[in-house]
Amino acid sequence: MKSERIFVKGNEAVAMGAIDAGLKAYFGYPITPQNEIPEYMCEHLPEAGGAFVQAESEVASINMVLGAAAMGVRAMTTSSSPGISLMQEGISYLAGSELPCVIVNMMRGGPGLGDINTAQADYYQSTRGGGHGDYRTPCLAPASCQEAYELTREAFDWAFEHRTPVLIVGDAILGQMKEPLTRRAPRPADPAEGQDWRLSGAQGRPARIIRSLRLAEGTLARHNLGLQAKYDALQGLARADCFLTEDADLVVVAFGSIGRIAKSAVRKLRARGLKVGLVRPVTLYPFPSAVLRDLAQAGKRFLTIEHNMGQMVDDVRLAVRGIADSDFFGALPGNLPTPDEFEEAIAKACAGGRS
Amino acid sequence: MSENIVFQRPSVMADVATHYCPGCQHGVVQRLVAEYIDSRQLAEKTVMVTSIGCSVLLYNYLLMDAVEAPHGRAPAVATGVKRVAPDKVVFAYQGDGDLASIGMAEIMHAANRGERITIIFVNNTCYGMTGGQMAPTTLIGQKTTTCPSGRCASSAGLPLRMAEIMAGLPGVAYASRVAVNTTKHIAQAKKAVRMAFDAPLNDQGMGFVEILATCPTNWKMTPLAANQRIADEMIPYFPLGTFKDAKNAGAC
Ligand SMILES: Cc1ncc(C[n+]2csc(CCOP(=O)(O)OP(=O)(O)O)c2C)c(N)n1
Ligand code: SF4
Repeated sequence: MKSERIFVKGNEAVAMGAIDAGLKAYFGYPITPQNEIPEYMCEHLPEAGGAFVQAESEVASINMVLGAAAMGVRAMTTSSSPGISLMQEGISYLAGSELPCVIVNMMRGGPGLGDINTAQADYYQSTRGGGHGDYRTPCLAPASCQEAYELTREAFDWAFEHRTPVLIVGDAILGQMKEPLTRRAPRPADPAEGQDWRLSGAQGRPARIIRSLRLAEGTLARHNLGLQAKYDALQGLARADCFLTEDADLVVVAFGSIGRIAKSAVRKLRARGLKVGLVRPVTLYPFPSAVLRDLAQAGKRFLTIEHNMGQMVDDVRLAVRGIADSDFFGALPGNLPTPDEFEEAIAKACAGGRS
Repeated sequence: MSENIVFQRPSVMADVATHYCPGCQHGVVQRLVAEYIDSRQLAEKTVMVTSIGCSVLLYNYLLMDAVEAPHGRAPAVATGVKRVAPDKVVFAYQGDGDLASIGMAEIMHAANRGERITIIFVNNTCYGMTGGQMAPTTLIGQKTTTCPSGRCASSAGLPLRMAEIMAGLPGVAYASRVAVNTTKHIAQAKKAVRMAFDAPLNDQGMGFVEILATCPTNWKMTPLAANQRIADEMIPYFPLGTFKDAKNAGAC
């Protein structure tokens, strides 16, 4: 494939990243603001040798993913907030069954039907498990079309390496904005992927069972300890994008599109002579706590900015606990935040610390 | 004198005691599935989708690759399996609470899409595993723990006749209702199971078989009385028969 630059929406970048990662099955149900993904998939996935089904609901979508994932293929579904709530049952079963897949949430405002505007209000749901039971899901938060493409590709590798569902969270801004994208050559299919656990018909080997039920005494405890060890091992994958943090007095922490808008605000404040920097967590779970802790130890103060009423700020506070604290600024749902809006909040936090 | 073995355990059936209650017919139904798989030597290319209910441990008894679905979702899971592995024989095994209550949307839509899968539907007119609560198939007047004075149509609706409903969907190639309460009925059931597997194998559509079975524990009956109840109460409301057969359209 020529590495030409194309002009696409964030949603299309996600779809392209998945197909180039070797996607073999996509199941989805329409919901704004992510409809470009199923629309892209129905046209292009069959060409790439994959299966597309418009499911009757998000409940069915995620369970179709479960079936396809059990066969060891790269499978995916995408949705937005209310739809992701419906998928939580299936996500819990996928985690319990240790099946790999990728789930994309292009977040919109809630709770309930909320609105169709951009928001980041599903942070708790994405990073705390979301469904029932003791589990976590790795969660990646791209901020641009190129990053959405790259992280979607990478998410499938994480999913198979760790046998876990992986979430990608964007929002309506990321899903709907158009930007240049450079696609890379598709990943060649690996026929050995999942070979030691996938179902394929019990030919020349004992039958395999993929399940989340563990009834015999001690088996669930052992299983959950195994899951926990997997989540502990994931901690090393934590990643953040740091911008002008070195000499900063105040570090802004913001993820996804809001991180990007905050970056513009930080630039403007630097031009005004204020020593501010930005940490944009790229992984929300595992959370890049070490990066923040190091900065806290170096004497920085923090301001967390989110498009919700305060969720990630809990993780920031946990990361710097005992050393520092974090202020919070929440953009209200239903509006598209601008750098100006953040500029004043950051300047205020900066001044507040000095006095 | 040479021995002539006329009856033995199908090779895909594990040589273990099942957890089913005495007189429960899940075991009989599973044996019919095992006999079919054996007769066609399909074990190595079959993927079973097991569901929630007393049959959840089916994979301990039938030795084939299996994936366990959340309550009611087996037809969606089976869709995912079949769409990425069209060469496999895929069947889901569901109880009446699983299929006709929580999983009603999934079964309707998988059927409407004509998924090339087989559904083995065991109707025992109650939720067995959770202690005998009312199911969508509970008969009018039947007492359960959540309708202690008997199911009443005005508050709980009428029992759903799934085989007839399924026959009405174009994606279903074969739909029938059988029982396993007599040897004659078991022989008919064996044939119906075969037809329900053959329909998707022949690329005609979904194969669906509803099997009337006992739950002596929750019916609070002896196994023999439970068998009799199938004849006296269930069959009159849930008539046996083939409601759709694509190979034999119009002649049912
Ligand atoms: C989402 C969810 N709701 C409820 C249950 C509890 N539950 C377990 S088995 C069952 C009913 C099964 O009844 P049926 O499908 O008729 O099968 P049977 O046990 O009679 O064979 C229920 C409600 C569950 N496991 N998951
Ligand atoms: S409770 Fe009923 S359905 Fe369940 S094993 Fe016992 S008899 Fe069978």
